[in-house]
Amino acid sequence: MSGRMAREETRSAWLFLAPSLLLFMVFVLLPVLAAFGISFSSWDLFTAPHWAGLDNYRQLLFEDKLFHKVMRNTFFYVIWTVPVQMILAFFVALLLNRGVWGQNALRVIYFLPVVSSTVAVALIWSWIFNSNFGVLNALLSAVGVQDLPGWLNSSKYALPALIIVAIWQGLGYSMVLFLAGLQGIPREAYEAGEIDGAVGWKKHRFITLPLLSPTTFFVAIVSLIGSFQVFDLAFVMTQGGPANATNTIVYYVYQNAFQFYRMGYASAAAMILFAIILAFTLVQYRLQHRWVHYD
Amino acid sequence: MTVETTQPPQAQLQVSGRRSRNPTLNWVIFGVLLLGALSMSAPFIWMISSSLKAPTEIFKYPPALLPAEAQWQNYTRIFSLIPFGRLMLNSLFVSLAVTALQLLVCSMAAYAFARLHFRGRELLFLLYLSALMIPSQVTLIPNFILVRQLGWIDTYAALILPFAFSSFGTFLLRQAFLTIPRELEEAARIDGASYAQVFWRIMLPLARPALGALGIFTFIAQWNNFLWPLITTTRPEMQTLTVGLAGLRGQYNTDWALLMTGSVLAILPIFVVFAVGNKSFIQGITAGGFGGR
Repeated sequence: MSGRMAREETRSAWLFLAPSLLLFMVFVLLPVLAAFGISFSSWDLFTAPHWAGLDNYRQLLFEDKLFHKVMRNTFFYVIWTVPVQMILAFFVALLLNRGVWGQNALRVIYFLPVVSSTVAVALIWSWIFNSNFGVLNALLSAVGVQDLPGWLNSSKYALPALIIVAIWQGLGYSMVLFLAGLQGIPREAYEAGEIDGAVGWKKHRFITLPLLSPTTFFVAIVSLIGSFQVFDLAFVMTQGGPANATNTIVYYVYQNAFQFYRMGYASAAAMILFAIILAFTLVQYRLQHRWVHYD
Repeated sequence: MTVETTQPPQAQLQVSGRRSRNPTLNWVIFGVLLLGALSMSAPFIWMISSSLKAPTEIFKYPPALLPAEAQWQNYTRIFSLIPFGRLMLNSLFVSLAVTALQLLVCSMAAYAFARLHFRGRELLFLLYLSALMIPSQVTLIPNFILVRQLGWIDTYAALILPFAFSSFGTFLLRQAFLTIPRELEEAARIDGASYAQVFWRIMLPLARPALGALGIFTFIAQWNNFLWPLITTTRPEMQTLTVGLAGLRGQYNTDWALLMTGSVLAILPIFVVFAVGNKSFIQGITAGGFGGR
């Protein structure tokens, strides 16, 4: 290639990149650096920021009792949502992969909550969970439950209620990923397994599960990362309450930044969330090859 | 560090699996799946039924599955009580604008990364990809401050521009462009076509499935976006549907019929978009991983 042509190619390349580069710098790169900087400051937006060093982090990690509660809430939410959703999604995918009647329609139905706005979903479920007139408690009392839970009004049941909604909404997403993984398992693997006596549940224990492990790992990490960022549900259903029972990391960031105007403090909390998510992401990149069983 | 996105094998969701020869078992499985599908759709059915109930009937206990008499006027009432039409138009305009811009901006960048040689290409691509790891809450506060400084609070610019680029979209489209045979472009180049012509006439038409997937993906994610429009809009007529709906909760605390009506109207357009393009949407999910949540 002649020098003139190479120069033309380079020039074209930068022209094609220009819009994305501009947007990337303005709305991603600089904000990330700024967030890091702001997290070391004390700033209420209206007066000049001043340097706070590690104060925000020290306070969050060692002093702020509410933040500790927020972290516990978030971990509790993640630890229940992710595994329960994955197990249910795995079984649904397994059953939907057998060629039953109407399976395409069924797949679409399982997926509808995923594409629905979380705000609308949260409103629907708030009504279902309503402790006085909600249909859920009506059903529970119809089957003889005496002690009806107060759901969103109770600091004991509000977070479990959010978890139920999250599992319901995200199940279809994990299911689709599992289905894709299942269809990547070669038929020969099962045929070989049948010769060795793998039938019934053994077939899944010794063939499906090992061969699906890369998908399982992927689903786990993606759901973990997504679950740590729960906000819409907490905002619409409970406003973080009652008594901060459903206050989560992102809700706490929102509260501090946009209700209390503690930009530095909120940024530091966001950076802690970033660190958690980064850790899971890096584990995913590092381990993805080791999880694959090809024998 | 090498940055890759884990890719589960491409889904071909129409392929039928291994059907058991035992008909009883098949019926049991079908029954279980139907029960599951019922619990997935029951909240939506309840939403529709409640949206048609009269304000007094909605508080009947135990609740009735069907309204005594369908109150269709709930659907006109919501438009007169709040600027609901405006909210829907805002959501529609913002979602469409973001989708169009993102398709253009990301495909241009993806073309450069897939086909054009320049110094620093690998490094820049790695930089774009690293952005996949950054949760949106990290950039939330600086972006809010920036937008406020620019005087963009309550403007479409604030709602649209920060989403006009995505690393995910660039990555997805680059993968699609890489599968297009090089010979096609080389022949066009020899005939004197410019890179812009190659991009517009060859690459974009051939990558239509990937563009479609990204388009549906982006539209749905934007339509459902909540936190960003919540903090960058204050005037009701500049809010999006999700923000308006969430606001209704506090304002008309007891008017559940109205809240359900709003929810139906917020979800219905997405169901239509999804019904039309669910195959390419799901391919986008299984190819790229990180969803729009």
